[in-house]
Amino acid sequence: MSRFAVMLISLLFAAPVLAADGAAPEAMKYLFDEGDARYYAYQDDYFEALVRLDAQQAQSGGFAESAYGALFRPVGGIELRYRMDQRARGSIEAVIEGTARDDQRNEALFRLARLYFQKDQPENALHAVERIRGAVPAAIRADLAFLRANILMANGRNEEAVAVLKDLLDEKSLEGFSSYNLGIALLRSGNNLGYPVYLDRAGRIESDDRAVLAIKDKANLVLGEKLLSENKFEVAKQVLDRVRLSGPFSNRALLSSGWTDASRERFENALVPWSILAEREVADPAVQEAMLAVPYAYGKLGVYSTAALKYETALKAFEGEIGRLGASLSSIRQGELLKSLAREELKQDAGWAVTLRKLTEKPETFYLLDLMASQDFQESLSNYLDLEQLRKKLESWSGDLAAFEDIIRRRRAYYDPLLPGIDGEFRRLESEMRLRSEQRDRIAQLLKAMLTSPRPDLLATADEQIMGKTAARLEKFATPSREKGAPRLYNRIKRLRGVLNWKLNTEYEQRYADTLTQLQKLDQKMDILSRQYRAFVRTRQTTLESYQGYAGVIGSQRRRIAAARENVRALIARQGQALENMAVNELTKRRDRLEAFRAKARFALADSYDRASKTPVRKRDAQ
Amino acid sequence: MFILLRGFILSLAMGMLSVPAYAEAVSKEQIKSLDEQVQEIKADTLSIATQMRLLEEKLLYPSSTQVALYVSLDNEAKFRLDSIEIQLDGKLVAQHVYAVRELEALRKGGVQRIYTGNSTVSEHGLKVLIRGKTKDSSDFRETNSFKFSKDEGPRVLEVHLVDSDAHRINFRDW
Repeated sequence: MSRFAVMLISLLFAAPVLAADGAAPEAMKYLFDEGDARYYAYQDDYFEALVRLDAQQAQSGGFAESAYGALFRPVGGIELRYRMDQRARGSIEAVIEGTARDDQRNEALFRLARLYFQKDQPENALHAVERIRGAVPAAIRADLAFLRANILMANGRNEEAVAVLKDLLDEKSLEGFSSYNLGIALLRSGNNLGYPVYLDRAGRIESDDRAVLAIKDKANLVLGEKLLSENKFEVAKQVLDRVRLSGPFSNRALLSSGWTDASRERFENALVPWSILAEREVADPAVQEAMLAVPYAYGKLGVYSTAALKYETALKAFEGEIGRLGASLSSIRQGELLKSLAREELKQDAGWAVTLRKLTEKPETFYLLDLMASQDFQESLSNYLDLEQLRKKLESWSGDLAAFEDIIRRRRAYYDPLLPGIDGEFRRLESEMRLRSEQRDRIAQLLKAMLTSPRPDLLATADEQIMGKTAARLEKFATPSREKGAPRLYNRIKRLRGVLNWKLNTEYEQRYADTLTQLQKLDQKMDILSRQYRAFVRTRQTTLESYQGYAGVIGSQRRRIAAARENVRALIARQGQALENMAVNELTKRRDRLEAFRAKARFALADSYDRASKTPVRKRDAQ
Repeated sequence: MFILLRGFILSLAMGMLSVPAYAEAVSKEQIKSLDEQVQEIKADTLSIATQMRLLEEKLLYPSSTQVALYVSLDNEAKFRLDSIEIQLDGKLVAQHVYAVRELEALRKGGVQRIYTGNSTVSEHGLKVLIRGKTKDSSDFRETNSFKFSKDEGPRVLEVHLVDSDAHRINFRDW
């Protein structure tokens, strides 16, 4: 049975139907705007995607709600895919209550309504769609109307649903679904003239689409069985014979088709569909019923020996299946089902029910197909697998924390002895640096002042300063009042000073420019020094941060992980128990049904032998 | 009469429902309650995971030395990427062989963080080697080299792969 068929089994038990809600790849691209998160989300690893988004949100100090809504369109999509409805609801509500435009708000309300509907909360879903006002995005208009009709039906307001669905009959994307649901809504509202029209319309649709073909089969089956129950055998047979022989609804259609003939005592005709059905997979309830119906028809035709043989075949098959079911029940009680469910291969495939069947080769998987297709089982299984994933993650993080602590311990052991020496040397260099920096600032201030009050003497070289000071000192001794012969020496000193002053004054501009250039070069060196200083401070800070201040965080994480592991362990046990109970109940129900069939077959077998033995030999030969 | 037979068969089956051989029934309320508890533990675990990620980043890749390298694929690219190798300053730091799902994720706009590491403040050389198949199924192998400078802050780099005869490997310096 194909994966698609498994999905469709659920349709059989769910009326009305909701059109498939798989997010199209085109829509997926709007889901996230963060590439890193998208990379994981597109691989269906929603946990890792959410972690990345949350980490980014934490690092950026949190998005404003409106920005959050705009970033992750459709809002709440990723949370829903990770089956975190409560969190998704929070995100959607934030958009609804925020300042979003009408179309954004209405799209959010649509998603909220669908969420409530899927969670079997039709009243809340109705409240959500009733809050929709104003512009609705064109892309969701038809889906919204279809959802509204389904919600109305779930709330028992079938007449209102009829009005909505009639407007959707020409909607191509809902072909088959709208007319089928309209038929069901009319049936539920007691319109016995109206419902056959629309179920018949759904049952005659021409399409290559597998989903449409499935709803077509379903419409024919529902209508055929309804007509059969109303004793309209001829038309019921025509409708039932429209169901494809290979589709997921074919077994029930063949069974009911046989009953439309048998009900008119046309047992030869009834044997045609029943004989086809009786050769199919014996685990199917319709096949089991056909295995009793076939000999029953032969009996009615007076062919008791064949009837007896057929009853015998059915009896053997039922006993074999009862034995297999018993073995399956024991295996489930020993935890084998949960082991199969937790297999790695299963998590790689969205069509896990089919994969499980292929993997395990155990009878329970076939008997459980209907159960597996049910929403409750699927959700429970998904939760079980998610919990298994969480358990492994939490276990691995405990190891990570130990590794982090080891890194911190090693860093502390390495850096702690080194830092005092480094800090001492740094303090010495820092004071020297501060001194040089102050000197540079003084020079800069002097140069600035010299722009308005030139001071050539300040730009004298060391030699010139010594020369100037020497000349000044000699000048004191060579003044004319103190020595007769002084004027000549005095004049020489004065000439010397004159030469010096001349040089300082005539070269002042050049010297000032040269000094400024030197200051700029100094500034470049000072910049490098400052960068080195900042780099050192930062590196030192990073070094300290690489092993200080983690004790609290790691301790807190360890406590949280321990508590979460305990919770996960308890929840896995409860969720596993719930899954096992569902499976055991289903298999027990099927086994009980088979045991009842076996009792019936035994009784009928004896009766057939009895009748066969009483039939005259000539008549038997003729048979 | 025939309907009666059907009814008889079904009533036999239904009658057996009362046999007390069933496991404890799983009610809708139980399923709902379990589901809510699972959602709570998911929220707790997500919060723990987020903290672990932040802790790991701070401890192993501090922002002053961090270099993060991402790989993205143009959604129009027709070639099939099989593997990638990244060398940083002549040293192999990352290599990855792509699974189908990973490739699909890249094609849809996902961006793979292929390497996170630490680097000094200076000039660095990056060499990227990719292997794959062209749209006509012939093998190809291409390398390209880039330079980037690392300053005091974290460095984010992107290798963007496009369908081009000249250079499939492009470098985006963020």
